[in-house]
Amino acid sequence: MTGRMVNISKRWGFHGVAALKDASTGYKMVMGSFVLLALAGAAVGLHGLLVGYHHVYGVTREISWGLLISAYIFCVVTSTGLCIVSSIGHVFGGEAFMPIAKRAVFMSIIFMFGGFGIIFFDIENPFRMAIWNVFSPNFVSNMWWMGTLYGAYLVFMVIEYYFLLEQNHTLSRLMGFFGLVVGIAAHSNLGAVFGMLHGRPFWYGPYLPIYFIFSAAMSGGCAILFFTTLGWRINPEIMNQRMERSVKAITQVTIFLISVIIFFTIWKIITGMVSEGKTLVIMSFLTGDYAINFWVFEVFLGMFLPLYLLIRSRGNNFNLILVATGLMMIGIFFMRYDIVIPGQMESVYHSMGVVEAADMLKYTPSFHEIMASIFGLAFIGFAYFAGEKMLNGHQLEKHEIVPDSGYICPGCGAIHFMEEGETEEDAMKRHHRIW
Amino acid sequence: MKFPKINFDNLKNEGTESVTAQERRKFLKLGLAVAGVYAGGKILSLTSIVGTAHASGGGVDFVKKYPYNPHYSMVIRQTLCIDCEKCVDACKSTNHVPDYGYRTRILTKRYAGTLDKQVEFIPVLCNHCNDAPCVRACPTRATYKDPITGIVRMESRKCIGCKTCMLACPYDARYFSPARRAVDKCDFCWEERLSKGKKQTGCSAACPTGARTFGNLTDPENIVYKLVHQLEEKVWVLRPADDTKPNIFYMKGNMRSVDNILRQHKLKYSEAEKS
Ligand code: SF4
Ligand code: SF4
Ligand code: SF4
Repeated sequence: MTGRMVNISKRWGFHGVAALKDASTGYKMVMGSFVLLALAGAAVGLHGLLVGYHHVYGVTREISWGLLISAYIFCVVTSTGLCIVSSIGHVFGGEAFMPIAKRAVFMSIIFMFGGFGIIFFDIENPFRMAIWNVFSPNFVSNMWWMGTLYGAYLVFMVIEYYFLLEQNHTLSRLMGFFGLVVGIAAHSNLGAVFGMLHGRPFWYGPYLPIYFIFSAAMSGGCAILFFTTLGWRINPEIMNQRMERSVKAITQVTIFLISVIIFFTIWKIITGMVSEGKTLVIMSFLTGDYAINFWVFEVFLGMFLPLYLLIRSRGNNFNLILVATGLMMIGIFFMRYDIVIPGQMESVYHSMGVVEAADMLKYTPSFHEIMASIFGLAFIGFAYFAGEKMLNGHQLEKHEIVPDSGYICPGCGAIHFMEEGETEEDAMKRHHRIW
Repeated sequence: MKFPKINFDNLKNEGTESVTAQERRKFLKLGLAVAGVYAGGKILSLTSIVGTAHASGGGVDFVKKYPYNPHYSMVIRQTLCIDCEKCVDACKSTNHVPDYGYRTRILTKRYAGTLDKQVEFIPVLCNHCNDAPCVRACPTRATYKDPITGIVRMESRKCIGCKTCMLACPYDARYFSPARRAVDKCDFCWEERLSKGKKQTGCSAACPTGARTFGNLTDPENIVYKLVHQLEEKVWVLRPADDTKPNIFYMKGNMRSVDNILRQHKLKYSEAEKS
């Protein structure tokens, strides 16, 4: 058995568990603290499961989706985003995006597991889900589609990752394509879970399903940059010319996507201000209870600061990119929270002007909810750090980077091929006529 | 009951003009036979209960066919409600509703500048919508529309507890019951009363003033049929813009005209009817 394991890790270029043992003390401590956090989170979550969530969670009958759903959405948005951005390379053949594929697909799977771990503690009867989703499906329910498609998505991503490791590029590309299609369908369905609740004006409409896709792509770009530059801090060897070019390309795409989301946000605010059902929520963003969430986290940390820093980084100042995307991840978390909670703050009876529904509804996450979310997020953190070591920094094999008779162009970073009898210099001249 | 402060200046007086032709048509399209004007859960006019009669709106269509039979429905005559909450208590004991939940509640609406009364009570419960958003939202069909009676019911063992239905419901009619390990809601007392042969729900039987009238909308002799099929008094539903086609109808219910319609029905149920 061990012999087989060794073989496979050789074949896939893994370092295996041994790499964890060789890690520095500091690195072990980081991993250890993530493990402890995840275990603590799981313990508190299970405690909640035992005593009954309604005793320990802050959600109520009116605000029935809280921090856990926000954290779940954060995870699956990031996962879908990683899939979308990485597919530009290894599905659609965008050269520059190829080197990040392995790490992106790996993290995409990890985020999905993290998300499922979190929602496990939110759904009251998770075990029934497995049975009745199959035996009593409701084909007009977005929730059903979301759950089913995300399940399929995860399967495709795992198979795709396997083929990526196997360097079976035809099949990994095919699986990647299916994963992308199913992932986008699943994700827009998640948006539609909210967007099709016509009793909730803040959510209702086609805005959310569309916004979710663009927002996912932005999160994906951000996450790839964050995890790649962090991987570079852990092991500088992972950077090579191709990777640098890739980071640069993704920085550009991310800058573009942040601008798109800024656009979305501006119009959400402006249109919301003239809509009777939305004004209250919009005003709470601008000046009310959610003003700090909105201005400080969502707008400043999530959009403007990273936009500025990423532009300044020019795509090659990795430290700056790391800081920018790290802050952005925090901002994005609040973006998700600001979709879920404020959408429920106005009681359905508020517009009737009754005394009972005069005030906005309030929600504060409870200790149990925070810990159960931390369970999933800490798991992701641990899996990332373990993965960087065990999977050898997700590096590509030499022959994967440069196929026979090809070379990395020092000028543009792409792979060029030499024709019969050509030198590298001749080939470069042929590729770049201007030289 | 505690009455938190409410800013009266912000209350809008809609006036009858605010009921658009489109809204009227929508109401008639509910698939139900409905007469009169309704005012989308908004009060039609703050002065409307001060002496003047309601101007009934034009074009009244009577749709002959109802989607269900018996088509259970409740007409709430708002003015008669005195907030004794006997219905809430009856509902709790009939249906074993835990302390942290409720299937029905009484909302309070306060007015300033009216001569006859300053407060109105509005009982709310599940509307057993004909186009129920909760039923569409449920991933496992744990909540469903009964094909015979139109009652929106729960099949608790299928409920995974995702709570989507609670958010889909525009009437806040659902809550999660850990005791049932499922979402719980009003079932028109199907399990505890109607299926056992009783004719009234727990709440309507307990109501001392007849504010809640329950019955079969397809039966011309039934009180709800009579209350809905009249022109004199406005009948409305809550949140019509959501287009859920509710089966709980509201009216003021203090006009003499209604008493005339109900000649054979006393305002209050006789003891025999209560069974
Ligand atoms: S009132 Fe709510 S719970 Fe009742 S049928 Fe309509 S949507 Fe469903
Ligand atoms: S009909 Fe029955 S279940 Fe529904 S509110 Fe009345 S008493 Fe409760
Ligand atoms: S029992 Fe009747 S009068 Fe009393 S609160 Fe309930 S509906 Fe109103």
